[in-house]
Amino acid sequence: MATFKDFRNQVKPNWCPGCGDFSVQAAIQRAAANVGLEPDDLAVISGIGCSGRISGYINAYGFHGIHGRSLPIAQGVKMANRDLTVIASGGDGDGFAIGMGHTIHAMRRNIDVTYIVMDNQIYGLTKGQTSPTSAEGFKTKSTPSGSIESSLSIMELALSSGCGFVAQSFSTDLKDLVAIIEQGIQHKGFSLINVFSPCVTFNKVNTYDWFKQNLVSLKDIENYDPHNRMMAMQTLMEHNGLVKGLIYQNPNRPSYQDSVRGYSSSALSKQDLTLPEEKFTELMAEFM
Amino acid sequence: MIEQLSWKVGGQQGEGIDSTGEIFAIALNRLGYYLYGYRHFSSRIKGGHTNNKIRVSTKEVRAVSDDLDMLIAFDQETIDVNAHELHSRGIIIADAKFKPVKPEYCQATLVIIPFTEIATELGTSLMKNMVAIGATSAALGIDTATYQAVVEEIFGRKGEKVVNNNMEAIQRGADAYMSSVGDSVQTLSLKKADGKNRMFMIGNDAIALGALAGGARLMAAYPITPASEIMEYLIKKLPEFGGTVVQTEDEIAAATMAIGSNYAGVRTLTASAGPGLSLMMEAIGLSGITETPLVIVDTQRGGPSTGLPTKQEQSDLLAMIYGTHGEIPKIVIAPSTVEEAFYDAIEAFNLAEEYQCPVILLSDLQLSLGKQSVEPLDYNKINIRRGKLNDQEIAEREDKSYYKRFEITDDGVSNRVIPGTKNGIFHVTGVEHDETGKPSEVPQNRKDQMEKRLRKIHNISFQNPIYKAAPHAEADLLLIGFNSTRGSIEEVMPRLEADGLKVNHAQIRLVHPFPADELKPMLQAAKKVIVIEHNATGQLASLVKMNVGYGEKIESLLKYDGNPFLPGDIHQQCKEMLANGHI
Repeated sequence: MATFKDFRNQVKPNWCPGCGDFSVQAAIQRAAANVGLEPDDLAVISGIGCSGRISGYINAYGFHGIHGRSLPIAQGVKMANRDLTVIASGGDGDGFAIGMGHTIHAMRRNIDVTYIVMDNQIYGLTKGQTSPTSAEGFKTKSTPSGSIESSLSIMELALSSGCGFVAQSFSTDLKDLVAIIEQGIQHKGFSLINVFSPCVTFNKVNTYDWFKQNLVSLKDIENYDPHNRMMAMQTLMEHNGLVKGLIYQNPNRPSYQDSVRGYSSSALSKQDLTLPEEKFTELMAEFM
Repeated sequence: MIEQLSWKVGGQQGEGIDSTGEIFAIALNRLGYYLYGYRHFSSRIKGGHTNNKIRVSTKEVRAVSDDLDMLIAFDQETIDVNAHELHSRGIIIADAKFKPVKPEYCQATLVIIPFTEIATELGTSLMKNMVAIGATSAALGIDTATYQAVVEEIFGRKGEKVVNNNMEAIQRGADAYMSSVGDSVQTLSLKKADGKNRMFMIGNDAIALGALAGGARLMAAYPITPASEIMEYLIKKLPEFGGTVVQTEDEIAAATMAIGSNYAGVRTLTASAGPGLSLMMEAIGLSGITETPLVIVDTQRGGPSTGLPTKQEQSDLLAMIYGTHGEIPKIVIAPSTVEEAFYDAIEAFNLAEEYQCPVILLSDLQLSLGKQSVEPLDYNKINIRRGKLNDQEIAEREDKSYYKRFEITDDGVSNRVIPGTKNGIFHVTGVEHDETGKPSEVPQNRKDQMEKRLRKIHNISFQNPIYKAAPHAEADLLLIGFNSTRGSIEEVMPRLEADGLKVNHAQIRLVHPFPADELKPMLQAAKKVIVIEHNATGQLASLVKMNVGYGEKIESLLKYDGNPFLPGDIHQQCKEMLANGHI
């Protein structure tokens, strides 16, 4: 059985020292081992940006695609081979700006993919511009007078998009993060895990300390019920989205694969492609 | 007795004009006639003039006819817009309801039949289409019983009463026509057909059936005219084979989802038209640099932007060949008939896997939506070739290094491993990478990988890259086209020959990589060359000049008003171009 070390490859990440993404990488590796995966069973599909490089840093089938499109690629992989565990990953710009359309529709569609976003509220790789999760007033190279656009409430948006697994975590809480990723992988359907992963180089506001001071753990909220969507929405609004833990899960919603009529119960990629002659004759006759 | 009839039905969109044409055509196809139907429609659901022009012939036809024998009109606009096509022996059969009048110039006979009134008497005005079919049949000397089976198939699930009512509507239409005009109908009697079974289908049906036969099991697509029929067919059929169609949020998702599932080992396609293809360009580049097979169907329509969404054009050609930033290997196939669309769709999947690159199956609106009789397809010509797709066990490597998925090889193609394979882990990235897929900016590696990818398609194997009808060793004129213009060009050939010209014809089927060596002798052997295409800038002509040369002999015959070339257009203009010494 594989251990988390088997999910390591020899590539040294090009992230800045202290970047939150290191722990996310480690958490994925640990969670994959903990749920009993072998590296060959896992596909990590990532977008573009600092965090998008993650697919190259994990010993698994990795696909580093184009900006904002990790989700459609990941959904395609899962549809082709349902035996694979598919993790999609990227940053807040990748998933909530250029790729936002895909994020919402992936949540609606509910193909069994675990989407892990490393949210640092800034564009890092392009050296410090505002992001959709940047707070109003946030000063960056592209918002020198402070951002005048409102910040996205991504967890609220996930709830309203029908996402069946909505969670938020913080990159330094390795133990909790590993547990949440395990749950996400095991959830039958799409799961969104937004991880606050501070950018130590360009974001001097949303720092490790800032999150430690501002994040509220759902464990500390008395009688919090992650199966209650209304309570989830209310809690998010009360805390301006700054909560961590499993926010909402609907274990009853069937995944897309389990709902598609006729969809192969085994990996589609292993199917024989031959069309029997009788079948072909029958198909032609329909046009006669 | 006539061997060929050109028939048109017109009215307001949403009035059942399509189904009128459909029932008429299916029944005649079953009698063994060759049918060719072309719909004029607008980008709206209800309202607006629409018509369906159907050619019925005892010989194979693939073009819209120059003139019209019979026009069925459900409104005055149909007469006003289409009467000019009718020749003097033509017939207009019109609904009494709108008090039809024919334009002064029109010498055709106007027969007024109370379509709506008869239908209403029988229960519902909706059946006016059936009354019109009955009147048509009487005019052509076709037994109304011919429609029995088709009507049963269409209305059978609504019960026997509905079937009988519709059959009665057809009979009443025939009776009304006979009592109105009597014996003068003989002039349009159709010669008997051969009675053979043929399919009646549009190019999009053939592409979809080809995809199925070619092993496609997933499709990701966003609806668009004139491509949607492909996804609509496959969503009905793929579940029988374990697959499905995912309707995505946009064309970017469609193309990238198809890349994901091709990467994971399932033959997957997407299909769209110009606007969708514009959105897919970055993904096409991703498929190219990551060497992931990808099949995209582009059903060309009028551009740019939203352009003429329901009209014929061939203006995506250069964008399909050169689109996406950067340089990638790519194959672009342009079938010129419905039969070719079927076989080429299969081949698109084979080439995509053999050369591990994007393959664009280029169609155009006329080929995609023109509905025609098609000889049964040959099961034995279906073959599936997956190229260097690894099916062996991969030995564990001591150093745990990544599999060399992008290994430099002589032919540029490397072994392809799909995710899930033991010991096959490699990385894929749209960033320049080394043989294991890890990002690399090393100049020599960049050069090696770029050259490896590009040389894959240097010598691609493709059967009949040019459809040739070249009876003359030395020709006065060579006509060149691609996609659906083949039908019109074929009809023009004998007319030009009758004018005393020696004419050869080349329809380019593989537009990229361009079959220059194969085309060159035809250009050499021709005094003059006319490249016929549906765009304003002569894109195919540019390709010919660039790849083969002979610019001094080449002239363009262009049409970009949204309507397909009629054989008569081409004939007339070729004669003028030759006479005026343009070439």
